[in-house]
Amino acid sequence: MKIRAQIGMVLNLDKCIGCHTCSVTCKNVWTSRSGVEYAWFNNVETKPGVGYPDDWENQAKWNGGWERTKSGELKPKIGGKLKVLSKLFANPDLPEIDDYYEPLTYEYERLQKSPEVKTPPTARAHSAITGAKVEKPMTGPNWEEILGGEFSKRSKDYNFKAIEKDIYGQFENTFMMYLPRLCEHCLNPSCVAACPSGAIYKREEDGIVLIDQDKCRGWRMCVSGCPYKKIYFNWESGKSEKCTFCYPRIEAGEPTVCSETCVGRIRYLGVLLYDADKISAAASVEDEEDLYQAQLDIFLDPNDPDVIKQAKLDGVPDSWMEAAQNSPVYKMAVDWKVAFPLHPEYRTMPMVWYIPPLSPIQGAAKSGVLRSKGVLPNVHDLRIPIKYLANLLTAGKEEPIVHALERMLAMRSFMRSKTVDGIADMRILEQVGLTEATLDDMYRIMALADYEDRYVIPTNHREYAGETPFDNDIAFETRSSCGFSFGNGCSGGESKTGLFEPVKFVNTMSGKPINVNPITGETESESLTVKPIYHEAVSSSPKKGDL
Amino acid sequence: MGEFINQFLFGIYPYIAITIMVVGSVFRYDRDQYTWKADSSQLLRAKGMRVGSNLFHVGIILLFFGHLVGLLMPESVYHLVMSAQTKQLMAMIAGGIFGSICFVGLTILIRRRLFDPRIRATSKPTDIAVLLILYVQLILGLITIPYSAQHLDGSSMVALGNWAQHIVTFRSGAADFVLAEAWVFKVHLFLGLTIFLLFPFTRLVHMLSAPLKYLTRKGYQVVRKRG
Repeated sequence: MKIRAQIGMVLNLDKCIGCHTCSVTCKNVWTSRSGVEYAWFNNVETKPGVGYPDDWENQAKWNGGWERTKSGELKPKIGGKLKVLSKLFANPDLPEIDDYYEPLTYEYERLQKSPEVKTPPTARAHSAITGAKVEKPMTGPNWEEILGGEFSKRSKDYNFKAIEKDIYGQFENTFMMYLPRLCEHCLNPSCVAACPSGAIYKREEDGIVLIDQDKCRGWRMCVSGCPYKKIYFNWESGKSEKCTFCYPRIEAGEPTVCSETCVGRIRYLGVLLYDADKISAAASVEDEEDLYQAQLDIFLDPNDPDVIKQAKLDGVPDSWMEAAQNSPVYKMAVDWKVAFPLHPEYRTMPMVWYIPPLSPIQGAAKSGVLRSKGVLPNVHDLRIPIKYLANLLTAGKEEPIVHALERMLAMRSFMRSKTVDGIADMRILEQVGLTEATLDDMYRIMALADYEDRYVIPTNHREYAGETPFDNDIAFETRSSCGFSFGNGCSGGESKTGLFEPVKFVNTMSGKPINVNPITGETESESLTVKPIYHEAVSSSPKKGDL
Repeated sequence: MGEFINQFLFGIYPYIAITIMVVGSVFRYDRDQYTWKADSSQLLRAKGMRVGSNLFHVGIILLFFGHLVGLLMPESVYHLVMSAQTKQLMAMIAGGIFGSICFVGLTILIRRRLFDPRIRATSKPTDIAVLLILYVQLILGLITIPYSAQHLDGSSMVALGNWAQHIVTFRSGAADFVLAEAWVFKVHLFLGLTIFLLFPFTRLVHMLSAPLKYLTRKGYQVVRKRG
């Protein structure tokens, strides 16, 4: 047994309102540079839909994740090591930027500096890559928001597998839910496996998966290897980038930016303890439907004295052990089994978990009578098909989803009976096998969701880097050093011109079209006041103010 | 004067070029590794990559090793297996095939880089320069084939081999071997050395990072300890 700790995340989809605050705050912090305008380390998709990038769940097309060979071993779906190297010169599994979207900026300055004109001034779209005018944006990171577009395209959604989907195209039967997505910081990451340079690594102390920006050579295999398409190739720097789980914040005991700013309070962060020796066996169980249970089985009970003893030997700090015992993630994922990993069939053992959403009860609308199962409504009558959620979260196995949704319904019914009717209806608890204490805890964490209950994050212990605390200078040598930067941005030796093709991140989203002369490297910014289109209208009316 | 220029270009310039290549690469790797990358543009435009990039890379890698072995293998070693004439013929045929493969690929890549609006707009000056220099060098290399065909006795090849071997073993008189060679060989040599010189300042450095270590990585996962 080798015990490791990881900070995991749970997203309660039952409460997600699709406001995109997480995406926007994340973007402002991490990807507001040229080269990654198109990249969203966190994005929110409306489901059903094909998502962003286009059709990302279709692994027959992108070859992300792992596949189990006949001998029962795992190898990346893009191929073994030799095959990966054979794809270096041209990677057939790499999405093109149009599969995400061509980043655009708008001529905002025209709105601000327009003289008085007959028709309202316009701010036209420009490509942030070439600076050329874009007549019509063809797609975007949230193209299907709130069921935008035709059902025929959205219904290509992979999660409709084994579902008679046609009826869900009808207005009366339509359904939707939001799915915020970020890097899963997997226990068995296939991006790490696909990286020929060995630049991607999982941190032993907190499980965060990062790309070493100095070691990355831009072979772009990780983009293909990740089945969630959560690694982005920066076309400016030529390096791959990904969600960092806001590690500088996590190290200081603070929640990630997406979590901190979530207005629906749907995000939870907490420690999970797992047995690192069991990962490969659990990830390679034969039946895909068993993968969810196999993943649950490698987590360890933080209250078990044997686990506590072994964890100490394996270097898990006491503060982390305490955090693991209070972890909301452990409670929801392992204890109550209401949160699930996203697409366990990719065999990556993702560590961002999702609580499936409840939805209106259809049967009631149709017949006026609630079909019920015991004292609770039947979850099969929920508007969102169980099978759809199962395809998303449990590789198609419906029982765990039913179990979770029943518990969530029970929590609502029980609290309603208690607070509205003033009677605690114990039949509800009996039916779902919960004690009143557990249900109260569920209610406190899932419904009330106070800040300190959502985020139980121990600080990083740099002093544990050595064999014993303080036996080396690691904790001290980073003190007063520079913070997050790219390249040798901290070094005093950086010249403006740069000998070695320096990466110059420029603001390509300022509304000013950029035309970079490839020979001289000069930027010829199109003057916005010289010949705007609307001046044609002005020139026909020579007198100032004559409109 | 002509002799001095010959002495400088083929006796001294090689050392300047190789020194700058080695020192520059070490310096870039140590000081500015963030800029050390293959700099792929496939994300922005996949068209032309599958055929162009594969043919170019396969061709140029084979050409590189052909030159390495062809120039640096001492006469006494290959004479055990074949005569100089046979070796020259082999070099011409192999070089012709590899060169043609590379030529087709490079033509596609240059067309893409210069005429695709996205790729052109995001190209650094060095990206374009590297492709054009390699193109000229490749064409010069292909032109040497008919020149070689004029004298199949292997003398030119032996002279060029001697030059290279004298350079890498720090023996004097290296430049004298190429003095009498045809112009096309001399220009090809000079441009080749210039590519060495430019090497650390361009994306060419990515070839030093060919990820062969991946094949020997134990298992698939990489976990880093704190510190």
